[in-house]
Amino acid sequence: MIEAVGLTKRYGRTVAVDNLSFTVKPGRVTGFLGPNGAGKSTTMRMILGLDRPDAGQVRIDGKTYHQLDRPLRTVGALLDAKWVHPNRSARAHLRWLARSNGLPNRRVGEVLELVGLTSVADRRAGGFSLGMSQRLGIAAALLGDPQILLFDEPVNGLDPEGIHWIRQLMKRLAAEGRTVFVSSHLLSEMAQTAQDLVVVGRGRLIAQCTTAEFVDTASETSVRVRSPQLDRLREVLLRKGYALHVEPGVDGNALVVTGSVTSEQVGEIAAEQDVVLHELSVRRGSLEEAFMRLTGDSVEYRTDGQGPAGPAAAGSEDLMVAGGVNR
Amino acid sequence: MSVLGAERIKLFSTKSPWWSSLATVVFVVGFGMIFLLTTASLVREDGPAVPFRVGVSTTQQGIFFGQMVILVMAALAITTEYRFNTIKTTFQAIPGRTSVMLSKALIIGLLAAVLGEIAAFASWGLGRLLVTDFDLTIRTADQWRQVAGAGLVFAITAIIGLAVGALTRHTAGAVTALLVWAMLGEQLIGAIPRVGDKIQPWLPFNAGGHFLGVGPNQNEGAQTGTDLPYNAWGAVAYFAGVAVVLFLVAVLVVNRRDA
Repeated sequence: MIEAVGLTKRYGRTVAVDNLSFTVKPGRVTGFLGPNGAGKSTTMRMILGLDRPDAGQVRIDGKTYHQLDRPLRTVGALLDAKWVHPNRSARAHLRWLARSNGLPNRRVGEVLELVGLTSVADRRAGGFSLGMSQRLGIAAALLGDPQILLFDEPVNGLDPEGIHWIRQLMKRLAAEGRTVFVSSHLLSEMAQTAQDLVVVGRGRLIAQCTTAEFVDTASETSVRVRSPQLDRLREVLLRKGYALHVEPGVDGNALVVTGSVTSEQVGEIAAEQDVVLHELSVRRGSLEEAFMRLTGDSVEYRTDGQGPAGPAAAGSEDLMVAGGVNR
Repeated sequence: MSVLGAERIKLFSTKSPWWSSLATVVFVVGFGMIFLLTTASLVREDGPAVPFRVGVSTTQQGIFFGQMVILVMAALAITTEYRFNTIKTTFQAIPGRTSVMLSKALIIGLLAAVLGEIAAFASWGLGRLLVTDFDLTIRTADQWRQVAGAGLVFAITAIIGLAVGALTRHTAGAVTALLVWAMLGEQLIGAIPRVGDKIQPWLPFNAGGHFLGVGPNQNEGAQTGTDLPYNAWGAVAYFAGVAVVLFLVAVLVVNRRDA
């Protein structure tokens, strides 16, 4: 269990993390989602006691990181696969880590086996490919058999096989009852692995919820209806104040009702009016759209040449969304 | 203890400490022998007219060069951690940064002490073999100090190197600062007219050298002009004091800073 309360980090005048509070529960993969520069890595460094928060704190099973005795037994982390001495062998890298936390030397062999690096364990880590470095980093994270695991953008730059391997590993670790907290700027990636989401933009919490809830609440849903009495249905719906448009298709014209609308509502209205329906389907916007909508104001670096929206404006919208989704 | 073990594995699992160790001994013995042989031949030719004597401390004149290698090695022990970001892994595994710094100091100090003893006694031993017409036997307590003291001076030197490395976090910056100070700075300050002589005893590396009788105020060498405000043990205590202060500042800064 990881609990962050009011976490804040400033670098000069830039606020990297702004009053961020969230909880990461055991037995699930929790995605830490946000655009690049949203403060994900900074937050992870604060969880691990590497960076000092300007305000707030993180508790790991009720303790701060500094209070943990032999922390690798409680928390394993892979923040950057290249954080190894290039002239040290993979085995030596794991050996000093094991020794530092009083872990038996056989754990080194075990985790090397687990990530499939046994055959290259005595080669210098500087010569490793990114995929191999990533595996070494994961071996280091698993060394103390910790109940809590942190991964920062673990699939970045990996080949499809490596991505698949990491996804399976994270799911397995969560299934074993561990707390898995994994950051990504790719929503599609998180949709594959994460059950819960902590969404941040420009250092602020945008939403904390399950991945399904996030999609339900945040993404645009629309209802598509086909009917031989399309014009009649359209009039009734318009009268009731629904936003809609006609969508031509191969199977004739269809109505697409947008805004906050459910298929139940449309179906009941149709029944009241004795309108025959040939199709009634809910269309969900993609996770990517939801993400763009929510973080649109929170992207630090834009391409449209405009500066980021004023803090007041962005703040109010974030709050609105967070209020709706947070629970 | 586990932190010490981890630091020991870290130090000896890369090549640079091995090369530095070899270089330390080679420099001390090599420069020591060059100095010993030239001094001995000068004294043989010109006899008492030369203002030198050949004694035990004459075999130890290469110490300073080994000391420079120790400075670099000790600085590297922490700057490479910053360079390759393993310092973050280190502090993640051991959140108590003070104990990391103390362990590093102990390991690198111990290595430096061992190297100092090996280099000093190798220099003295080899000197006795090469120069047989002068008495190079260690007899007095002062002579013992001048040879066996190298380990202590090297250990203190290593602490200074480590502290400056931790403060700068950059190999190039740390090495430049250390070498410019030790090799150039102290000589130039000592050369300032009038005040130079007064400041010189308080320059840390000069004080360390005085303990071994190899500094500019050496006992058996050329000039003994300056009246020193301390004896040999006072000198090394002062040198150690400077190292401790630097190290404490480094520990404080490392604890306060983001990794």
